[in-house]
Amino acid sequence: MDHLRAYADALERELSQEVSLGTTIMAATFDGGVVLGADSRTSTGNYIANRVTDKLTQLTDRVYVCRSGSAADTQAISSYVQFYLHQHQMELNDEILVKTAASLATKLVYSNKEALQAGLIVAGYDSREGGQVFALPLGGTLVKVPFSIGGSGSAYIYGFCDKNWRPGMSEEDCQAFVVKAVGLALARDGSSGGCIRTVVITKDGVRRSFLPNDKIPPAYGNLSFQGTTAMPVDTA
Amino acid sequence: MSGIGTGYDLSVSTFSPDGRVFQTDYAQKAIDNSGTVVGIKCKDGVVLGVEKTIVSKMLEKGSNKRTFPVDRHAGMAVAGVIADGRQVVNRAFDEAVQYKSFYGDSIPGQVLADRVASFVHVFNLYWYARPFGTSVLLAAYDDSGPQLYVVEPSGNCHRFFGTAVGKGRQAAKTEIERLKLGEISCEQGVVEVAKILYSVHDEEKPFELEISWICDASDREFRRVPDAILEAAEQQAKASLEESDMED
Repeated sequence: MDHLRAYADALERELSQEVSLGTTIMAATFDGGVVLGADSRTSTGNYIANRVTDKLTQLTDRVYVCRSGSAADTQAISSYVQFYLHQHQMELNDEILVKTAASLATKLVYSNKEALQAGLIVAGYDSREGGQVFALPLGGTLVKVPFSIGGSGSAYIYGFCDKNWRPGMSEEDCQAFVVKAVGLALARDGSSGGCIRTVVITKDGVRRSFLPNDKIPPAYGNLSFQGTTAMPVDTA
Repeated sequence: MSGIGTGYDLSVSTFSPDGRVFQTDYAQKAIDNSGTVVGIKCKDGVVLGVEKTIVSKMLEKGSNKRTFPVDRHAGMAVAGVIADGRQVVNRAFDEAVQYKSFYGDSIPGQVLADRVASFVHVFNLYWYARPFGTSVLLAAYDDSGPQLYVVEPSGNCHRFFGTAVGKGRQAAKTEIERLKLGEISCEQGVVEVAKILYSVHDEEKPFELEISWICDASDREFRRVPDAILEAAEQQAKASLEESDMED
């Protein structure tokens, strides 16, 4: 029974760690809107606490946030921002700006920076400035960028994104770019995995899509040599 | 205004039997006796003009200002007790700064007007407070275009095409109604405001004209009208006043 005890102890240690979004998240602007993307893995150490997590959280009608870091911290921040934006909506009686949502988030992150583990990307659409992406990394900096990637998985796809993002993409091209990029990160990053979720936001509204794990296009590194795999080899 | 002697006019925390708060009415009186302040919304912005009585011959020109910027895109003109007015202007300034730092964008005119009105209103609620003896005209220019608001001592706030407060308000409002506000620009508006303030002015006392605007000509920032434009407007106002005197 000793080996079982050792196993139970190891599992106990594992599960007593922080629930964290070892993650791949991203958001990219295109002509007329933004696309947000994320994997769906939530881990507690090596244990996968949730394999179908939704890391794309709605803040207002047309603003979403991608969450990475501590699941608890980012959920708490998101719900505070939702609350403040709701109050703001009451007073303003007008369309809420993406930069307002980002500004509120950065206020919370910066003023509690010692206590939080949160890397966010706020993205959305407003009629004044169209599709926008705001990167909000650990310390509480707020940067407006054309596209942003975050989470542990993002380290593997900087080159891909820098090469393949172009200004003025179509909605379809941009969504394909996001799915491809998150897919590549999933293939290499142990802490990212599961499915790919995307959210497309334009003046017409919000469209969500979900790509199950077995529908994610394989990366070259996942393929075996000389046709020993059932997966199709892209020869292009 | 028959609250005197009844005991109902000493505190804002007691209504009179016919439903008035006399202290609030008296605060309005403080404004009704002060120099006229005129505000008009033209097609490209807002013009605020003040008839400033000169209390001493030894006053330097331009002292005791009554128009104040509150943010780049908003400003106020004060009628009534200036010391009270500055308190309101300072609060408006704080609200604008706080809004921008929290929400990351300039405060919209409507929100600023509502917040200033809430601040002013609170002074009508407690026995240890007195209402502000001042009405403020608020000019703002945001995404939804130029706007003009008036906040009264009661905490009431209204949005206007054009309005006037102070001693000459009745005559001034009649003149404003005659203007085609939807057609004239602020450059013309400055002249009209000067004409109105000259025409309603009681000739006995000397006065100084103070005009500020927020329009395309001021880069949509609240500023005092440049001296050259102000002087030209005053010349025209004086000329048209003499013209109408000849007719009399």
